[in-house]
Formats: sequence, C-alpha cells, structure tokens
Amino acid sequence: MEILYVMIPLGLVLVAFGLWAFFWATGDGQFDDLDSPGWSVLEDDTRPGPPADTKPDPTSPEEQK
Amino acid sequence: MSAPGAPCFHCGEPIPRGVEVRARVADRDEPVCCHGCKAVAEFITGAGLGDYYRYRDTSSSRADEPPRPDRWAAYDRPELVERLTRAEPDGARSITVLLEGLRCAACSWLADKALSLQSGVLDVSVNPATARARLVWDPGKVRLGDLLRVLEHVGLRPHPLAGEHSEQVALLERRSALKRLAVAGFGNMQVMMFAVPLYFGEARGMDADMREYMRLVSMLVSIPVALYSGWPFYQGAWHALRARSVSMDVPVSIGIVLAFVASVWNALTGRGEVYFDSVTMFVFFLGLGRYVEMIARHRAGSVADALARLAPATARRVRSGVAEDVQAVELAIGDELIVRSGEVLAADGLVLGGEGRVDESMLTGESTAVAKPPGARVHQGTHNLGAPLRVQVTAVAGNTVLSGIVALLERAQAERPRLARAADRAAAWFLSRILVGAAIVFAVWWYVDPSRAFSATLAVLVVTCPCALSLATPTALAATTAALARRGILVAHTDAIEMLSKATHVLWDKTGTLTRGLVRVEDVRTCGAVTASQALAWAGSLEQLSEHPIARAFAGSAAPAGPASEAVVHAGQGLEGRLDGRRLRIGTRAYTEALYTGGSTADPAPAPAEGDGTGESWVYLGDASGLLAAFRLTDPLRPEAQDCVAGLAALGLPSEIVSGDEASAVARIAARCGIERHSARLAPQDKLGRLKALQAGGTVVVAVGDGINDAPLLRGADVAIAMGRGSALAQTSADLILVRDSLEDLPHTVDLARRTQRVIRQNLTWSIAYNLAALPLAALGYVPPWLAAIGMSLSSVVVVLNAMRLSRGSTPQRRPQWPAAREPETA
Repeated sequence: MEILYVMIPLGLVLVAFGLWAFFWATGDGQFDDLDSPGWSVLEDDTRPGPPADTKPDPTSPEEQK
Repeated sequence: MSAPGAPCFHCGEPIPRGVEVRARVADRDEPVCCHGCKAVAEFITGAGLGDYYRYRDTSSSRADEPPRPDRWAAYDRPELVERLTRAEPDGARSITVLLEGLRCAACSWLADKALSLQSGVLDVSVNPATARARLVWDPGKVRLGDLLRVLEHVGLRPHPLAGEHSEQVALLERRSALKRLAVAGFGNMQVMMFAVPLYFGEARGMDADMREYMRLVSMLVSIPVALYSGWPFYQGAWHALRARSVSMDVPVSIGIVLAFVASVWNALTGRGEVYFDSVTMFVFFLGLGRYVEMIARHRAGSVADALARLAPATARRVRSGVAEDVQAVELAIGDELIVRSGEVLAADGLVLGGEGRVDESMLTGESTAVAKPPGARVHQGTHNLGAPLRVQVTAVAGNTVLSGIVALLERAQAERPRLARAADRAAAWFLSRILVGAAIVFAVWWYVDPSRAFSATLAVLVVTCPCALSLATPTALAATTAALARRGILVAHTDAIEMLSKATHVLWDKTGTLTRGLVRVEDVRTCGAVTASQALAWAGSLEQLSEHPIARAFAGSAAPAGPASEAVVHAGQGLEGRLDGRRLRIGTRAYTEALYTGGSTADPAPAPAEGDGTGESWVYLGDASGLLAAFRLTDPLRPEAQDCVAGLAALGLPSEIVSGDEASAVARIAARCGIERHSARLAPQDKLGRLKALQAGGTVVVAVGDGINDAPLLRGADVAIAMGRGSALAQTSADLILVRDSLEDLPHTVDLARRTQRVIRQNLTWSIAYNLAALPLAALGYVPPWLAAIGMSLSSVVVVLNAMRLSRGSTPQRRPQWPAAREPETA
C-alpha cells in the first residue's frame, strides 16, 4: 500500500490543476451564461459568422437587410 | 378569415375578431394581432432569423406599436455617444444595454444574431440571466442608434445603461460565489474518498501510519474549504454579532469552526476522531443553497434596473436658442428642456410652454393623460402624449419624485424583516440551549474527571453541530426555487415560500393582472360595403389625432389610411376628419349619427348602448350616409384566469378583487372568474386598507398585481406576486415574479410551497431527533467516534435527499412549436 504515498499527492496535484482551470474559466466569463450558447449548435451554418474583427470580408455574400 | 382562436403568430395572444393583419413569414401568411407584431415578425424572418420561432419556449412580448426609429435619434450623435460609452482598443466603443422583453435563451440568441449581422459590430455578448447585452462596435462603420433600432425591430426594447456599476458588482459576486462553491465541492469529493478507507480501517484494522497519513491529507484538503469557502458564513456571523443580533450564520459558523478545529487538533495529535468529511459536505451544501438563492435574487432585477427602464438616458436641452441632446445626468436645475410628443421626461420640472398631455399612470395609477398648462409640475419618468412641452428643470438625479420612490423601495427591500427574523430567532434559541448544555456537560465532567472534561465538551458540541438542522430549511427552499424557475416563476425572496404555504386569501388587482391590461379592439361589426380592415384603417387615422386612452387601442390594429384633414376633436364625444374624400366621425353613437343627413341607418350591430354596465364599450364610425362600423373595445380577461381562481379556491384560497377601475367593469370580470367579493374605485391606499383589514382578522394574504399603483399593496402583503410584464417597480416589491406573464402555474406554486413546508418539517423533525438522541450519548462518552462521524454525515445526507424530492416531476409543458403542428392557413 506504500504506493498511496505517491498516488494521493499525485491525485491532489490533479485536483489543484482542475481547480485552477475552473477558476480561470470563471474569471473568463465561461459560466456567466449557461443557456444561450447551447442554441448555437442548432442553427444552420449557411451564413458566414459575424464579420471579421476589423474589416468585413469582401467575398462574403451581401449582408441581410 | 383567420381560424377562430388562432393566436398571434408573434406574441401568442388571441387575435381580436375583425383584425386581419398578416405577417409574411417564410413564404406564408401568418395571422398576427397588430401591426407592431407584424413588423417584428417580418423583420425577424426577413433577416433570416426565423429559427427563433422554432427554438423559443415562451411567447414573445406583444409589440403594441410598430418600432419608432426616431426614438433613438439622440444615439446617432457621435459626441453624445462618446460620453455615454466606454472606449475600447482600436477606436471601438462599448456599452451595456438592458433589454426589456428578453425572456429566454432563444431571445438572447435572436438579439445576438440580429446584431452580429450588422457590419461594424465587433462583439456582442447577451446574458439572458440578467437581460443585458454588451455591444462593442466600430463607430466609423455603424451608429449606436442603428444598433438600438435593430434591437427594437426584433421586439426587444433596449435601455442603454450609462454607468453600469451595480451589474459589475453582481457579476463579481456571482463569480466569487461559484469559485467558493467549486473549492467546497472538489474538496468534499476528495475528503470523502479518504473518509471511506478511514471508516473501513476503523472496522477491519488499518496501519497506524496509513491512518495518520489519510487524516493529515484530509486536513490539508479541508483547509481551503473551511477558510475560503466558509468565509462568507464567518463574515455574516461577525456582522450579526457586531450588530448584537444572532443570524443563522452564527450557529453555522460555530459548527464549522468547532468541528474543523477539533478535527485539526485530533489529526495533529493523532488521537480522537476527525470530522473533515462532515465539515466539507456541510460547507458545500450550505454554499449551494445560498448560490441558488443568489442567482434567483439577481435575476429578479435590481432597483437600479427599474430606474433605468423608467427614466430615459438622454434629454433635449435648449441653451441660448440651440437645442442639443445631452446625457440625462448632465442636466442641472434651471436647464430648459424640450420634451417632444411620445418622449419620457428625464427630470422633474415646471412647464414653461406647450400644450402637452402627460401620462402619469406610473406615479398615480391614473390611466387618462393629464393636461399640463404652463406652470404645472411634471415629473421624471412620465410620458408626454401631447404636443411638445418646454420644461424648466427643478429637480434632477436623486431628488426627483421617481428616485424618491425608488429609494424608498430600495430601503424596504434591504430591511426585509418578516420571516428571516423568525429563522434567526430559532437559531438563537437553539444556539443558547446548546451552549448551556455544553457548559453543563463541562461542569459535570470537571467534577467527575477533569482530564476528560475538555474532550467530552468538544464531542457534545461537534455531535450537536447544527449541520442537519441548518441544512433542513435552505436545501428544501433551494430545490423549490429551482423547480419553480423551470416553470418561469422567479422566487425573489425565499421566505415567501413559507408564507405562501400558509396563505388563506388572495387579493387580485384587475387591470393587467386578471386582464391583459390593454384596451383592444375586440370586435368589428360593419354595415354596407365597408370591410373591417378598411373601417379599422379609417379609425386608426382619425384616432392618431387623439390622446384619449381609447385611441391607443386602434394604434396597432390596422395600417392608418393616411393623415386625415380638417380634423376637429370634440371633447367627450369623438372626432371628425376628412379621409379618402369622405367626412368621417368616430366616437359615441349620438355624435357619429349626427353627421347623417337623411333616412334611417342600418344598425351595424345589435350593439348594446355604450356604458351599459357590462364594462365593455362600443365606439362608432360613420359618415354622411350613416353608420359604417362599430368597434367593441375591451380589456380581455386572461384565458387562464378562470382556471387559476378555481384552482386556488380548490386549495382553500378564496379570491377577492381590489381594483381602481369602474364598478361595472370589476363586476363583469369578477363574474367571469367566479369571484364573489370585489371592490372598485380603490386608490392605492384603499387597497392597502382592505389588505390591513384582512390581515387584522388573522388571515395570511397573497397579493397579485402588476402596476406601480399596486406597489403599496404588494409591499404590505404577506406574499407579493408580480406579473412578468408589469411595471419594474411592482416587480421590485414582489416576492414571486411570474416571468412568463401567465397565471397558469399559480395553484401549482401554492401546492409546491405546501409540499416544501412538509419537507422542511420532516427535515427538522429528523435532525432534532438525531441531535436529541446523540447528545446524551456523546455527553456520557458512549458514542464510538467513527459512529459519530458517520451519523453526522448521514443525518445531513438524509436531509439533502429529502429536499431533492421537491425538484422532481415538475417539468413544464412546452407550448406547441411552430411550424410542427400547424397547417398552412388559407387567407
């Protein structure tokens, strides 16, 4: 059972990593809205996404009116 | 004709007879109830966002009137936008916007998509939980006013928020609570994992070294849980103690600290028992309950939101003859403002000139607009329906009548005595008994065997740690809050659930609560060759000239036929004008018929005379050839109101109407709902008086209302319920908010509240029984340590599982979705 002296600290390191990831995600706003992102998978991908950051893509179809 | 009973495609409300407005949606014509809804539905589908109608799980807000692009003119001016918004990298600007009418994830998807399709929009994030959207855009490519217009076009009324501090605070509070909860959850899982071998080792034998190691590791993991996750409890307890009172936080903190310190001591010395599993589980479940409650409270909306919705962010100021749009917060006393027709006042003031008629219903409950001659006082948040007003500002920001009301509500909300105190008193009682008991145990052991006095006292305190007792109520309330939230009922104050279970009476407001709160054209009867839509179009054009509340009923019913010429208003009778080459009159029957020149007229409808006591009214349209049409105007009863009243009666809650409206109208609605007791023409203080009279008789009263004039009633009631589309101020006074604006689930809510009370009682009985059984055994030193630890955890688990029963089996029914079950209709 001496292996536990190694495995438990290793497990704790994993937990600490998980917590760190969770804290990062919370600070990043990942948990601020748990409802609406789920809808995005239901929509058809026929339109281009939102315009590119600074300049609209000249090849994209006409914007909807 | 539309199929009888077919609801409006957009808002789901019944379409009045005679109204034939169609929206062109996905290559077919869908019936809608008004031109506002038509405009919104066509814009949404025209922008390729028709999926919205498939995904939404609640109907949308009625649009009432088509969008008014000029409302956002102020936001087209770059210098004003500069001051209202924040600078972002690369010259972009950002602003937070409160969206009225945002109800579900599909609505936020709609807002997100509609905005993302605009060129120049760099980032959009919509949060349905707080009904807020954050926009980042490039001012060189698109104007803020255009973005706000897009939001209004999809049926979500935007309110730009200039200084958004409270929301930021709430966001950080939510995030920090989530982090603390995560630490407690992870920590609890780990400690449980180490607790199992410890328990088995106790029974089957275990290496002393390994046992020591497990206990130390448990301690290591528990330290952040006890210190970081438990911190809010210590803070609450400290505040309560400093204020010389005892809140539930005090026994909770004492329980955590004692069990934790005792366990640390035992783990370090290698003797006695450790209770880390109990401590971490206790912190986790209590934190979970508080987190659920906090989310509900944040969603219910803050008083600051209410103010933002009522008062505009901009105003039109005149300085040395030049009018300019400025931010409302820049206004100073003595400034001169121009308030155009349809605008909301940004400050209190004195009328200098103009012939405005102001709708003050939000302050007084009076639905008719009040004439404001020069010298009259006007108030922030009221709505100018007449000609432009020139106003001299007399009070701004925190000194207006409106902000006075808001401040009053804020204070009342913060104090919130009621049941919270009852729970705290129980906690104080329990705590004092435990401390006395522990002192007696210490004294007795000191007398018998001083060396064991300390450890025995500690055992008593730990075993009686009010874990299960403290969890009994919050877990049940959290489960109920979550179950109700799934049905669209927001519990803003969880203590209301206990009151609701004891309720004996229901007081209803009529307008806007039992009824829809909007006067609408319910029926059109025509005679001769005139079609209903033509009659509506003429009526709409004529009524555009009037500020009478009835005129608003026509606003959305048909596209106006064009401006009427030679218009004359005859006060109290109706109005006259020339349209399409005809001289037309609309108004009372006698007034309309007076235009007629010869012969007898064909009666368009077997219409009762107006004001015959049924609470409905008829308005007539005619020209020189006689009557053309009659319109029946009503404020329709909510379809589910009857069932709701019957359901509540079946639960032993008789209903009563307290209304400010006419006696005849109240009597009609009461008869249709099957309510026997009703009183009419009550001012807000009379409503409160009726409530106090009931309460003095020992009854527990539920009040349901929607308007600002119901706010005192709601504030005084034992349980206050506000409609989701009601005024923001009514909602801040409410304990429960019916977000979907439907009375349907009210009986179920009462039933659930009663079940919750049953579960709470079971929980309390169980945990008190456990403590009573454990206390004497622990005091005498008979409880084996491992049994104490398991018993402590199990008693809490039983309580939590029992509470979870409440959140089961209450999945809401979904409305039938478009277009699944709907045949194309023939026009």
